[in-house]
Amino acid sequence: MEGLNFVGAGLIVIGAGLGIGRIGGSAMDAIARQPEASGKIQTAMLIAAALIEGIGFAALFAA
Amino acid sequence: MVISNKALRFIIATFVICLPFTSMANPEKDTTTVQTEVTHEVTEASHEAHAEPTDVKSKVKAFIKHHVLDSHEFSFFQDDETGVHYGFPLPIIIWDNGFQIFSSSKFEHGEAVAESNGNFYKINHHDGKIYKTDAAGTITEDEATGFPKNERPLDLSITKTVFSILLAALLMFFIFISLAKSYTKNNGIASGIGRIFEPIVLYVRDEIAIPNIGEKHYKKYMSYLLTIFFFVLFLNIFGLMPFGINVTGNLTITFSLAILTFLITNFTANKNYWGHIFWMPGVPKVMRIVLAPIELLGVFIKPFSLMIRLYANIFAGHIVLMSIIGLMFIFKSWLGSSLSFGLSFALSLLEILVAFLQAYIFTMLSALYFGGAVEEHHHEEAHH
Repeated sequence: MEGLNFVGAGLIVIGAGLGIGRIGGSAMDAIARQPEASGKIQTAMLIAAALIEGIGFAALFAA
Repeated sequence: MVISNKALRFIIATFVICLPFTSMANPEKDTTTVQTEVTHEVTEASHEAHAEPTDVKSKVKAFIKHHVLDSHEFSFFQDDETGVHYGFPLPIIIWDNGFQIFSSSKFEHGEAVAESNGNFYKINHHDGKIYKTDAAGTITEDEATGFPKNERPLDLSITKTVFSILLAALLMFFIFISLAKSYTKNNGIASGIGRIFEPIVLYVRDEIAIPNIGEKHYKKYMSYLLTIFFFVLFLNIFGLMPFGINVTGNLTITFSLAILTFLITNFTANKNYWGHIFWMPGVPKVMRIVLAPIELLGVFIKPFSLMIRLYANIFAGHIVLMSIIGLMFIFKSWLGSSLSFGLSFALSLLEILVAFLQAYIFTMLSALYFGGAVEEHHHEEAHH
């Protein structure tokens, strides 16, 4: 099937976007609840986002 | 907080100096760069071999492709009407029965055959690599794969990437030597350019190394973490300057960096780390057998994801940025141009953030892996 890999790439981006969006949103919630822990939350958020991004890119290259 | 006037002046001066470089889209007025004009004689034969793209779209595509690849010369821009290239050549070092050293200007931007001690070389137009040819410069291509069948000599040239790496290394060397020296000269207070870098060094130590590796072991990893942080950061920033450098968006470079992290992680790991991989404590016996191959695979996936992440982020950033700049030449209307200018400006700012973020993430994850490798045996006792 011609061009189906582009559909796959789109799905990957949607999935990764949703994932990183959730992480960001949850981190915002957490910082709002405990502003004094914002540094630690940000670090954890960045690591989690980076891991998802890594998977997303790897899949994007495969597509 | 005292802000040194000198450092501030230095930043402003650097900014002003860099301003003319931003006129890349408007090449005729750029007079600040070192210009080595090499008139190139386009021979009929080489013209037939690769027809120059004529319409704007394929020209933009060719330019982007040329930018993201490594090359044997610095080329700032070229004048299409006169065919003059502006840039400077880099040395070519080839091991082919003894070192063959000559300047890349001999290739005349990939158009001509270079001769050295009776050997003939030509740059293949498709992959930018040097191949050994006969005096006429014929490159025979394999019909099935499209790759040239010619012999490839061992190429140790100072290419654009190597040049940029050396530049970054030199810059780091001078900045951090002067930072270290300023402590003794200035009674333990950093001075000059070191004032900008001291907080970053402390940040890497206090926010990346100590929390992830731990007070006990972090010292032996500090030199590597600092080196990798500033190396990636400098080369990311270099990539945003309009010299056409793309180092961290090059898979071989990120591969080498990831290999270093992989080797350091596995060679400094204690038995606790290997125990967690092959015989996971605290889980049922059956699960341990299932987990072992997965954990072993994880050992290789970790540096692999480091490699892909940095490469893909920088590579994609460069392509998107250049495509948006390229829209200016495709639309050719005031609306399209101003839109593309605004977009590329905003995206450049985002890319500066990405440059810092990727340097931080790479260092952070390296530190995390090192931390996992030297973690002490303590929390299992609590379970049993």
